[in-house]
Amino acid sequence: MNAPQHASLIGQRIPKMDAPEKVAGKTRYIQDLNLPGQLYGLILRTERVHARIVSIDTSAAKALPGVRAVLTAADVPIHPIGVNKDNPPLKGDKVRCERDEVAAVAADSLEIAQAAIKLIKVEYEDLPPIFDPRDSIKDGAPVIHAAKPDNVAMAFDYAHGDVERGEAESDVVVEDEFTLHRVTHCCMGVSGVIADFEPVSGNLTLYSNTQVPFLHKREFAEVLGMDPSRIRIIQPPIGGGFGSKLDIYPFEPIAVYLAKATRRPVKLIFTREEEFIASPTRQPAIIRLRSGAKKDGTLTFRTVDVLLDNGGYTSWGATIPFVMMQTFSSLYRVPHCRYHTKAVYTNNPFAGSFRGYGNLQATFAIEQQMDKMADALGIEPYEFRLKNAQNAGEVTGQGMHFKTCGFQDCLETAAGRSGFVEKRKALGAAKGLSGVRRGVGMASMLHVGGGAKIYPSDGCGTILKLDDFGHVTIMTGASEIGQGSETVLAQLVCEELGVPMSAVTVVNNDTDITPWDVGVHASRTTFIAGNSAIGAARKAKDKILAAAATVSNMKAEEMDLKGGNIVRASDGEKVMPLAKMLRQLHFSDKAELVMTTNYYEPPSVHQDKGFKGDVSAAYAWATQVVEVEVDTDTGIVKLLKVWAAHDVGRVLNEMGIEGQIEGGIIMGQGYALCEDMPVVEGHLVNPAFRDYKLITAPEIPEMDISFIETMDGEGPQGAKGVGEAPSICMAAAVANAIENATGVRIASLPFTPERVYSALKGRPL
Amino acid sequence: MMSVETEINFKLNGREVSLRVPATMKALAMLRDRLGLTGTKYACGEGECGACTINVDGKTVNSCLMYAVDCDGREVVTVEGLRTPEGLHPVQQAFVDHGAIQCGFCTPGMIMQAQHLLENNPTLTREEAKRGLEGNICRCTGYTKVLDAVEAVADKNGRCSHG
Repeated sequence: MNAPQHASLIGQRIPKMDAPEKVAGKTRYIQDLNLPGQLYGLILRTERVHARIVSIDTSAAKALPGVRAVLTAADVPIHPIGVNKDNPPLKGDKVRCERDEVAAVAADSLEIAQAAIKLIKVEYEDLPPIFDPRDSIKDGAPVIHAAKPDNVAMAFDYAHGDVERGEAESDVVVEDEFTLHRVTHCCMGVSGVIADFEPVSGNLTLYSNTQVPFLHKREFAEVLGMDPSRIRIIQPPIGGGFGSKLDIYPFEPIAVYLAKATRRPVKLIFTREEEFIASPTRQPAIIRLRSGAKKDGTLTFRTVDVLLDNGGYTSWGATIPFVMMQTFSSLYRVPHCRYHTKAVYTNNPFAGSFRGYGNLQATFAIEQQMDKMADALGIEPYEFRLKNAQNAGEVTGQGMHFKTCGFQDCLETAAGRSGFVEKRKALGAAKGLSGVRRGVGMASMLHVGGGAKIYPSDGCGTILKLDDFGHVTIMTGASEIGQGSETVLAQLVCEELGVPMSAVTVVNNDTDITPWDVGVHASRTTFIAGNSAIGAARKAKDKILAAAATVSNMKAEEMDLKGGNIVRASDGEKVMPLAKMLRQLHFSDKAELVMTTNYYEPPSVHQDKGFKGDVSAAYAWATQVVEVEVDTDTGIVKLLKVWAAHDVGRVLNEMGIEGQIEGGIIMGQGYALCEDMPVVEGHLVNPAFRDYKLITAPEIPEMDISFIETMDGEGPQGAKGVGEAPSICMAAAVANAIENATGVRIASLPFTPERVYSALKGRPL
Repeated sequence: MMSVETEINFKLNGREVSLRVPATMKALAMLRDRLGLTGTKYACGEGECGACTINVDGKTVNSCLMYAVDCDGREVVTVEGLRTPEGLHPVQQAFVDHGAIQCGFCTPGMIMQAQHLLENNPTLTREEAKRGLEGNICRCTGYTKVLDAVEAVADKNGRCSHG
């Protein structure tokens, strides 16, 4: 009789481990948690956009029964937070945007806190505001932060090659300006925190939605003047992240201040309106892009000038030029490139990190211009891209080394499956400005797929233990934000240890237990935390098989772990049950438990001062083709179908990766077609789902998803990160499709009926 | 800020409940804060996202818009009431099996609406499912796997393969 065959879990459609609890309504998000004796925190926001605070009178609020604390900047240490340390959690001297926090209340009930907030009187003296980032850098512009008199929050300059030489060699030069709008994450679970400060021990427990618990812990210690070892961060299941929870925000230290002042736990949860007003946004951008090519279609140079609207304070949004420059320098082979970016202060809402991290903006510009250049050269845009596409083995001008690269496969697959070239030709021949027209458009992208070495370490730790019954507990620093990381980590460990998914528990949400990780960002978790978990599992396996060798007549390397057993590697024949071996180890004379640790640091490097270096251990690629219908009488653009080809390294969980790509495509569709946060004189016009339009079920396109498996040598089982990639191409592809349908190219987003109609009538908004 | 309290009696997930609620209290707040049923979610508070969807007398309602007092005499089902003694409701199981969940915050409302659609039209088409779920926002999944799950139940209910 043959030994049982144990199918690999890699590539299978495995349901998320947390799904049964989630469908039953049993999952307790931060909104669902309550601590004994808890108070309710609430923040008074300014509603002014640029003003000096003359006085704050909290006496009436303090006198209200049930109010336990009312705090202003005068009551707390002044310790600004954020990437530039320019954002005091409570504002004392002046306010710089609508969301600014000027006072906070803790009360016995939310109703009392709401009543108290209304009793706080603030006197202001308005200051001249700036709303257009182009005005921020004009001579004599009002100064928003005294420490930055030029209003420049951050600036980046990058270059490789010799742009002047590249331009001299060009037969065609194209220059465009693109304008990108402001959107926000719209996590279904609003922001919130519970701060529990224990006055006797001095311990602070924070129940937080953060995506970066270990960086958060360090920053909290700084802000609060606390010993970091007294701070414990527990992450309840998170109702959506998408990059919104990468930074520390004022409401978090404010909740701690209130908890310290009252010596009671304080719960502070946003309303949806507050979520819109007081959450970070994607960075609005004005991109001037100039590129050249030779007659044969070889790219010669690019120069890029980007102006980012930073808003009133600096969060991670100001650092998106890191990612944008990768696309400009390295998506295609371009021998000469120069890139300049400024993120400038305005009195608008401030921008943070958002899935794609600047790459949606950069790709919108570059991939529209690729179409324009192809037209100018008389080359089919698909062929033009293919000619300049990167290949495996190349090292770009920015120092990125593409050890695996599925770009050309992505292009060929998306074009082939959609019939892109023929379709674009046929629809383009019928393009026009009347009736309903159809068009197809293509865009491609490059994004980090093996972490991004921005912090001193880009690593992740794992602690792994097996109990006497063969049950595995994985303690990982990597957070689950809905993307399915815990399921993928469990799969990878099961694959090594030959146990079923039901034999695994993942602990991933408590800084007192889990080892360090830099955070959920840069599409890094599967790659970095996956490699870390595999390493821990292999150490455990080595230990188990070495022990098995002492009680069997086989060498360790002749055995394997499969189906919950120690088996003979050659034929799968059972040697002994895994659990039995574990118990023997545990209860032998030299008693031992199988527990291992592993820290994985990817073999990437920090960029030098010129932003050059192989910053990721692997790179992800994708090409997406879209087909749209444009109603020229109304300006309504309907997305009919998307063909998406993604270099994912290897599919680990087919259902999970499809979910990432489908969700990302629809998020990209929203960015392209309907999501918009118009800010008029610093005030958000539409802080509600009623007016901020998200894609709903009837609007989704048909999707055809292809996986290009390049089997990355460094990736866990060959996989690359894919979380951000799917939303990046959509806006550019839709823009190209609108042009194919109508002959009109629209250089600003979103493609709302109003904007499209105006453009078709020759009066662009 | 005390408002008048009213006694209400209704059937919740198959059991009779009786409690006093302020006239201004919404059904969502009653379920979450008074009755400890936190499966029903707040995500917008103005009936725009469907995360708070419950079933009242066989119809789905945004519980953030409905007053708690209006539950009096009604039969209310929340996501916690779908589970049968044998395990997950077939719609819940289909959401698990078809990957219809990521962060899961919209999931209870989405499932309540999907269950309602399937109860009234057991063999519904994908297009009908799309229309029926228009009021439920999901930021993670792009809806595709949600629709796959709903269709899988419709198929089990005997829908012909062409839908």
